[in-house]
Amino acid sequence: MKKSWPLYVLCIPAFVFVCIFSYGPMVGLLMAFQDYKPWLGITGSRWIGLDNFERIFQYKEATQAIVNTLIIAVSKIIVGIIVPIVMAILLSEIRNMGIKKSVQTLVYLPHFLSWVTVAGLMIDILGLDGGINHILTQIFGNDPIYFLGDPDLFRFTVVISDVWKSFGFGMIVYLATIAGINPSYYEAAEIDGATRRQQIRYVTLPSMLPMIIVISTLSLGNILDAGFDQVFNLYNPLVYSTGDIIDTYVYRSSLLNGQYGFGTAVGLFKSGISLILIVVSYRLAYKYANYKIF
Amino acid sequence: MYHKTTGYRVFSYFNYAFMILAGLACFLPLLHLLAQSLSSKAAISGNMVSFWPVGFNVDAYIKTFNNSNFNGAMLTSITRTVLGTTISMFILTCAGYALSKEFRGRNVLMWFFIFTMLFSGGLIPSYILITALGLKDTIWALVLPGAFGAYNLILLVNFFKTIPKALEEAAFIDGASFFVILSKIYLPLSLPGIATVSLFIMVGHWNSWFDGILYMSDASKYPLASFLQTVVVQSNMQNMAMSQSEVAAMSEQSIKAAQIFVSTLPIILVYPFLQRYFVKGIVLGAVKE
Repeated sequence: MKKSWPLYVLCIPAFVFVCIFSYGPMVGLLMAFQDYKPWLGITGSRWIGLDNFERIFQYKEATQAIVNTLIIAVSKIIVGIIVPIVMAILLSEIRNMGIKKSVQTLVYLPHFLSWVTVAGLMIDILGLDGGINHILTQIFGNDPIYFLGDPDLFRFTVVISDVWKSFGFGMIVYLATIAGINPSYYEAAEIDGATRRQQIRYVTLPSMLPMIIVISTLSLGNILDAGFDQVFNLYNPLVYSTGDIIDTYVYRSSLLNGQYGFGTAVGLFKSGISLILIVVSYRLAYKYANYKIF
Repeated sequence: MYHKTTGYRVFSYFNYAFMILAGLACFLPLLHLLAQSLSSKAAISGNMVSFWPVGFNVDAYIKTFNNSNFNGAMLTSITRTVLGTTISMFILTCAGYALSKEFRGRNVLMWFFIFTMLFSGGLIPSYILITALGLKDTIWALVLPGAFGAYNLILLVNFFKTIPKALEEAAFIDGASFFVILSKIYLPLSLPGIATVSLFIMVGHWNSWFDGILYMSDASKYPLASFLQTVVVQSNMQNMAMSQSEVAAMSEQSIKAAQIFVSTLPIILVYPFLQRYFVKGIVLGAVKE
């Protein structure tokens, strides 16, 4: 047996970083059970048991944020799975390689823009005198729509802008799956007289199914993640009622208003439930699609 | 043959049109931005700019590049991106190579790393830790906390695993050490994986804005993305440090557009070259046989 000590040595830097910056903050979770005061620290602050957690369900804003998170995240997950699948199938029907590659290059691009940039674009395009309203008012003659300031429309705007930014990147794995399908299946289907639609239904989709199952189940773990970067950059007090999510609420209630213990409790509540969901989703992905993370 | 049926041909035309539109939809907003940044104030306020500059001028860019706050923020961003990517890649390739081998305690260690992906202390405890470590207001607050990413580690481990064991065994017989094997065999052969992960980390640093706002108490220390956030989203034009008359003479939107465009340019320039790598990298990391 070869000596394996160098392997341990190679893991030391990662180990040190993880201990400090990932496990270190977990010690701070004790604050969730305290009436934390920055000048007293964790050792000096008063222990108050589960009071902070009870407050989550007493404060109307907090429960509202949880509901908003669920609605936005679930809509994003559903749309964010369907759109890339459909787009991947449509794009695989394009035979002209030049066009195919150019389209691919363009649709991957938004994934690499920051939400600050995208928010800048959205605020401009979706504004009252922005491009979209310009077109809509000219065609339908209606009043301009305030996409980012109307509580009824805000979630819709969030989901659509998220799809715009991420569908191209989400397509990559599906395109690879389609490219990996054995061509003889299609040849056999054609000999049997299958139309293209039937080929997609009976060959392409079933071949994609394992990957669809893996991605769908794994996305279950994100059910409390509605996207801090996006919402924080797009929302404003007008749409708190439908747009405030757990992460933005934590930021405002704790760092801006000084309720550290409470903010930590909300964060822990979120992390705890997410952990359970992720473990369940990994189990399901392993069971139904034989997926292992490493 | 389905290709020859009328139905499929009609579908095909629509499909081509739709895909080209989808591609354009991902790109036209940026073009609109570029056009705005090069347009005159009158044209912008009159809503006349779509995808082509009206009243062409480069004042917004001159203002942007003459602005010391913008340049300072750009420098901070470049520093953090170079520093952050180097540190991250060092940590990740070392650990990734080691964990692609079998050794005692390997699975325990792997789960110790992966657990950080599943559960975290959250915003407030992280903030308090960074403050307690005295990293606030230093570039290290932007570089160190995110240096290790479990997702990237998994991608690299999966990549290293695809390299044939025989290569390594042959090198061992020739008397090469682990470190020689890592640098002479594994790094060159896993270039697509390494390029992918580096690209993700670089883009992550370049685009990261919240940590800057969180950990820098002074706006002059903000990285570019945080600076932009205050100017573009919070509409805090004071950060641009322009006089009233200057603001009055130029369109705010044109300056914002110029800044967004300049900050996005490195990504637009780098990414077509790395695209072939990241597609391969993602697929190998995700689809395993």
